Amino acid sequence: MDGMHDLGGRQGFGAVRYALNAQVFHAPWEKRVNALYSLAVRLGLFNMDEYRHAIERMEPRHYLSASYYERSLTSLATLCVEKGIVSADELERRAGGAFPLASPSAPGRGNVAGRERFVPGDRVRVRDDHVPGHARMPGYIRGKRGVVVGVSPAYPFPDAHAHGVSADDEPTYDVRFEAAELWPSDADPARVHVGVFESYLVRDDVA
Amino acid sequence: MAEFMHVRASVASVEQRTAAIEAAFDARGLKTEGALEQLEHAADEVWVPRNGARVVARAWTDAAYKRRLLANGRDAVLELGLTMPKHHRHLVVLEDTPAVHNVICCTLCSCTAFTIIGLPPDWYKDLEYRSRIVRQSRTVLREMGLDLPPEVEIRVWDTTADTRYMVLPLRPAHTEGWSEAQLADIVTKESMIGVARL
Repeated sequence: MDGMHDLGGRQGFGAVRYALNAQVFHAPWEKRVNALYSLAVRLGLFNMDEYRHAIERMEPRHYLSASYYERSLTSLATLCVEKGIVSADELERRAGGAFPLASPSAPGRGNVAGRERFVPGDRVRVRDDHVPGHARMPGYIRGKRGVVVGVSPAYPFPDAHAHGVSADDEPTYDVRFEAAELWPSDADPARVHVGVFESYLVRDDVA
Repeated sequence: MAEFMHVRASVASVEQRTAAIEAAFDARGLKTEGALEQLEHAADEVWVPRNGARVVARAWTDAAYKRRLLANGRDAVLELGLTMPKHHRHLVVLEDTPAVHNVICCTLCSCTAFTIIGLPPDWYKDLEYRSRIVRQSRTVLREMGLDLPPEVEIRVWDTTADTRYMVLPLRPAHTEGWSEAQLADIVTKESMIGVARL
């Protein structure tokens, strides 16, 4: 989904609020949320793609205003409710107030038919795909051309894995894009490498 | 917007919401004795940048180890007793050279090799870094205090899949003859993300 979370290349944001040795946690609840979410993953209550997708499904105003650990908290609660572990009513009763959850999920999809294997050096193009569910293809590479520089072991396909759709695992390719290809005339020169699932790619036959 | 703000006005605090989930887990026997405390301990004491610093120091002092690290990061960190979560099946180590500078990010969320380089700091997870580092890399690095010479090529690595990255920074020239432990002391989380040089 082209959600609020898909931030790469968006303009209007200011300076990074940077400090050396920045703290990871600022309050005890943050560390507790991190532990609760880790415990839920260990218990197999949900997988990482479901977890990420539930963050992406947060109402955009909530997403933008929430801290990282509030997003984590919202995803954890949403998945616990959706999987029938606890009801939203019970959570609100226990919390003593409203407990905003993420919006419902749209359908996922399986692997793209006719996908190809690639090797380092292959020239590829990112498919012009738009899906309503989870995907790990940042919008800024859609339709863009790059070169494969690395291949990973096979991973669960996120578009399926976040939705309980069965699918084959796929390798991801580290694809090198020139910043000038991604944002012609308005980017600092650089090479931007993105881990791209096989289903998102086609061979680029332009010499 | 109005409806959403209305909901926000009566929202339970993050502390109350966190406690509600914990209580719900507890009521269902999901919160086994000590499990949360063990995970909190890991976040404070186990998943620390010292791990990655040891990897970097070893790579700086042992050429054969560096070759193994660059070929298969996951196996090479395991040699130092360091593990990664099951779903991180691949660790790619990005070697800086005088001509190439690497920097990592996660534009879609906040993925990192947290068991190796430590949990990500706030700024890495914030909207500013995630939106800008891929498009304005040199500008953002300069704003963060790293003014790279114009001839240095910048490579940005966006952690969009479950492959994890860490930067192997350049060894500072003044550390000739230092021990591995001395070297590990100077390697920072920022240098393994790639927003600082040592």
